[in-house]
Amino acid sequence: MKLIAAKDYSAGATGLNVIELANDADPRALSLAGIECIVLNFPKFTDGRAFSQAFLLSRRLGFKGEIRATGDVLADQLAQMERSGFTSAVPRADQDLAAAQRVLGSYPGFRVGRYQGDAVQVNPHFAN
Amino acid sequence: MYQYTEFDRQFVKARASQYRDQLKRWQSGQLSEDDFRPLRLQNGWYVQRYAPMLRVAVPYGELSSAQLRVLAQIAREFDQPNAALFESAQASQDQLGAIPLKNGQSVHSKLSSGYAHFTTRTNVQYNWIPLDKSADVMDLLASVNMHGIQTSGNCIRNITSDERAGIAVDEIADPRPFAEIMRQWSTLHPEFAFLPRKFKIAITGAREDRAATAWHDVGLHLIKNADDQLGFKVMVGGGMGRTPIIASTLREFLPWQQILNYLEAIVRSYNRFGRRDNMYKARIKILVKAEGQAFIDQVEAEFKDILELDGAPHTITQAELDRVSSSFVAPDTGKQRSASAQQPVASGDLEFSRWLQQNVAAHKNSELRIVTLSFKRLGQAPGDATADQLDLAAKLADQFSAGEARVTHDQNLVLPWVHFEQLSELWQVARKAGFARPNIRLLTDMIACPGGDLCSLANARSLPIAQAIMARYQDLDELHDLGEIDLHISGCINSCGHHHSGHIGILGVDKDGKEWYQITLGGSDGSTLSGTPATGKVVGPSFSAAEVPEVIEAVLDTYRAERLAVNGKQETFIATLRRVGAEPFKAAANAVRLAKATTIKAEARLAEQAA
Repeated sequence: MKLIAAKDYSAGATGLNVIELANDADPRALSLAGIECIVLNFPKFTDGRAFSQAFLLSRRLGFKGEIRATGDVLADQLAQMERSGFTSAVPRADQDLAAAQRVLGSYPGFRVGRYQGDAVQVNPHFAN
Repeated sequence: MYQYTEFDRQFVKARASQYRDQLKRWQSGQLSEDDFRPLRLQNGWYVQRYAPMLRVAVPYGELSSAQLRVLAQIAREFDQPNAALFESAQASQDQLGAIPLKNGQSVHSKLSSGYAHFTTRTNVQYNWIPLDKSADVMDLLASVNMHGIQTSGNCIRNITSDERAGIAVDEIADPRPFAEIMRQWSTLHPEFAFLPRKFKIAITGAREDRAATAWHDVGLHLIKNADDQLGFKVMVGGGMGRTPIIASTLREFLPWQQILNYLEAIVRSYNRFGRRDNMYKARIKILVKAEGQAFIDQVEAEFKDILELDGAPHTITQAELDRVSSSFVAPDTGKQRSASAQQPVASGDLEFSRWLQQNVAAHKNSELRIVTLSFKRLGQAPGDATADQLDLAAKLADQFSAGEARVTHDQNLVLPWVHFEQLSELWQVARKAGFARPNIRLLTDMIACPGGDLCSLANARSLPIAQAIMARYQDLDELHDLGEIDLHISGCINSCGHHHSGHIGILGVDKDGKEWYQITLGGSDGSTLSGTPATGKVVGPSFSAAEVPEVIEAVLDTYRAERLAVNGKQETFIATLRRVGAEPFKAAANAVRLAKATTIKAEARLAEQAA
């Protein structure tokens, strides 16, 4: 998962064909042709709707471009985001990127103890 | 019970070390208070009225004796506040006043430490562990495959089941393998960690509903269809709180292989469409009620997509069901039996025969019995167990129950594998330990939340009310004459004490900073005794704490006056209430209020005259 520093980030400046999706929108209503990056938003980290949006985009619709997490993105939730189908994230400005990278790598349920299938590894532990 | 694999063990250990890292980052200032809060909550660490509270997950209630001993060790070594904190907490509680009893005595708040508490969701709670010791406690728990994952927060919580799962005489299929498969599926599910609100699943495989399934976000019943195939009846949208609602049935029959796929459809629909603007309207019950058929259609459409577009990767295979089921074979109880010393009880011993009647139940294996150890007794809060009591329970589990015990929805412990020839010996040992009170399912086997003595959400205290009623009904003849009654006490509308489903419910409310209590009648959890799940009805305006024990007595006296003998058996409280209606009970309850008010007025007049 690519981590983008908040201070370096502006949604339109990447040169990609980007669309932003409100977190109550149905991703299945989108026309994905030509889209390279979809920006999803966490207005508060406790609002988990974008996890389901990312799952639907990545897994259900097979979107192969970048799915980016923005908003109240905290280090300790990056692993869940990656497993739900996000491929990049802009952690909140006060999050230390090096620490975030370390936390991401050590998350249980990520590399150790991943019980259920997700957007990245489709099969649950019992089916492997 | 389920045997942890190396994979499961590594996971729990990784979780404990992740928590230690998070705690360190918070202690060193790298994590703010706000950022640390959800992380500790996701491991079961709340901060309550006076101190942190830890909730330990006990999946579908099953505990080994080794786990009980670690729970005892945590109570003994860690559930220990510093003296200043404890004294100031007790002083604050003292200011709330005492509840006078009719016999001239009174009941006060009495805080204690060094104990664990069994909850209605079959978890275990501690009330005094300092947060800086929390990582050590998680390591200890992990050493016996325990943790606090998803015991808090807006996620899929610990899955509960029938206390007689796998051993009940009326069982269609053992729900525990499915409960375990669902536990694994829901554990750190990446998509469902931040739902609109918490999400509780209960599962039963028996004909009688002993798991209050209709009161859960999802209630599952294992059943067989006309072709003798195993599957689930799926109910969604039950819950208590401010808006008590009985769950609706979404599927009369779902093949067992599909249960994870179907749950995924339900929880994804809830995650996307559940309300997030108002926490009191955020549970799935509100969505189900507001949307009705549209919600059901949404779930079914999502389920179809999971099957047809995603390829249904969570379809449970026979191999996985067999693997998990192999953990749940009945243990060999031969050894414990041969080690047992026969200690016959004098025939006609009334207390022993009452214990056999109330605390011992039939078992699927006709040579075995299900024995409930009572944690409802005078001087200790319902469901509390000291470190020594937990060690004793572990010893009893080893000696009489293949090293296994279960936490029950009613806040007791069950020994699931007791040989009938060992009953008299067990009774004598349990009696010495204080676990043999023959009151299971009777009035004093009440459910109570920690309430205003410990919980920061409570509006009023539950425990002194529970103690006052416990003190009034100590006479076993009277208790047995009153028969089986569900008395449920909650300290606030969040309903952790399940007052909505009590035949008699007591709800703490706050009026002008004072403790008041609403009394409800006629609730049902859905068991055979209680009947179709139902919400109790309020009898009238709330009562003062001092009035509550007398109201309960008046209601019970009304029952005794109104009840009939049916086929030579006394009609139960709930049957009488349903037959005659609430009016005579209400009148009796409200008369207590009038009598009290008259006494107070008379006292005031006397005081005036004296002045």
